[in-house]
Amino acid sequence: MDIKSIIFVILALIFAPVAGGFLAGIDRRLTAWCQGRFGPPILQPFYDVFKLLGKDRQVVNTWQIFCAHIYLISSMLSLALFAMQSDLLMIFFVMTIGAVFMVIGALSTPSPYSQIGAQRELIQMLTYEPLLVIVFVGIYFVTGSFKISDIVAYDRPIFLILPLLYLVLTFALTIKLRKSPFDISACHHGHQEIVRGVLTEYSGPYLAILEIAHWYDIVLILAICSLFWTTSAIGMFFLLAITYLAEIVIDNITPRLTWKWMLTYVWAVGITLSLFNMALLYAKSF
Amino acid sequence: MGFFTKLLETSRVKSPWIVHFDCGSCNGCDIEILACLTPIYDVERFGILNIGNPKHADILIVSGTVNHRNAKVLRNVYDQMPEPRAVIAIGACGTSGGIFREAYNVVGGVDKVIPVDVYVPGCPAKPEAIIDGVVLALGKLKEQRTAKDTDSLAAELHQAREFYANRADRQVVE
Repeated sequence: MDIKSIIFVILALIFAPVAGGFLAGIDRRLTAWCQGRFGPPILQPFYDVFKLLGKDRQVVNTWQIFCAHIYLISSMLSLALFAMQSDLLMIFFVMTIGAVFMVIGALSTPSPYSQIGAQRELIQMLTYEPLLVIVFVGIYFVTGSFKISDIVAYDRPIFLILPLLYLVLTFALTIKLRKSPFDISACHHGHQEIVRGVLTEYSGPYLAILEIAHWYDIVLILAICSLFWTTSAIGMFFLLAITYLAEIVIDNITPRLTWKWMLTYVWAVGITLSLFNMALLYAKSF
Repeated sequence: MGFFTKLLETSRVKSPWIVHFDCGSCNGCDIEILACLTPIYDVERFGILNIGNPKHADILIVSGTVNHRNAKVLRNVYDQMPEPRAVIAIGACGTSGGIFREAYNVVGGVDKVIPVDVYVPGCPAKPEAIIDGVVLALGKLKEQRTAKDTDSLAAELHQAREFYANRADRQVVE
């Protein structure tokens, strides 16, 4: 590991939450605009997090503190691994550890809201994780490697070869962003619904830690999306911008449905699209 | 230190999250509170969110009279909120008991159970008045330190809690 990659990791760890916060602020502003409102200032997510950090600590048990911190550490670690251009599968499993610990923290309290939220979060993870692995395998079929350094070195935009797998990745992005129609465990803007599901029992500074970890996660998933257009910075920017705007539009025009619908729909559509794209890939290679 | 204190104060003022508790109101005030969230008033401009969970909230908005049954619930909701927090009593009933204050089952206004920072009168209170009340409460939220920061305030809070915990001894029973 040379000095350049160390600097890159430190820069990624410092700027990822800033970028995630700004993205969340722009997201809230655009959503308000879609609903005919003026919306909060762009810096609003930062105000929220600083305020939460300054509140009194109030926990149900010590497991919550441990789980919140592990979630933050694993999100930071997976982003650091990405900045080091490490293995995609490794990043995926480190990210999963954090998500599981957040659920454990929610399950450690007897509150029924927290329990329901945790179960739903587990089902959401069950929904998006196989799809993420399929996407990584698709990238492997094209570039011949799981290592990000090799994927970045590939000379054509992967998006043009795997457009359907990119759609599958946006399913995972939607679930991870907690956006409609897949926001069943804790909605991003339905603040009273099952009193915010998996986040019910986290309060004050621990809620702020979860929010910061969530920003890291969003930046990581968007970084994985950016792997689909590594040949030019403009192409990458437009791909990410269009993806995120589409997420906001979908969030505002779709209702929330049940977890059964989410699981069957995402698996059926996602796996069909991936199989079709893989078949296309093989047809081309002959 | 000064920078962080200022940042924290700004953040507190810019991001008041509200939990709304209907303490036996006729729904007149509740509709006016929810009207604040609509595009006409749009309180999210000021970072005000209607949070359903007292553990995440900064400001407790209570509408309606307190009766002997829901006094315990109100107390419970208040106790679940971490410091710093503020309480706003909405409407004639919330501030004093309104036309129900003489009723046999009614304890009175919200301040009979928990300490109230801002009173917003009206039957029902107008959305503009409710937003003004939240802005007034923000000043109190800003001044408050968390309990561990200042011992004197902690002692005061403890005293206040003792006072309200023993309210049954001072209450007039029919």
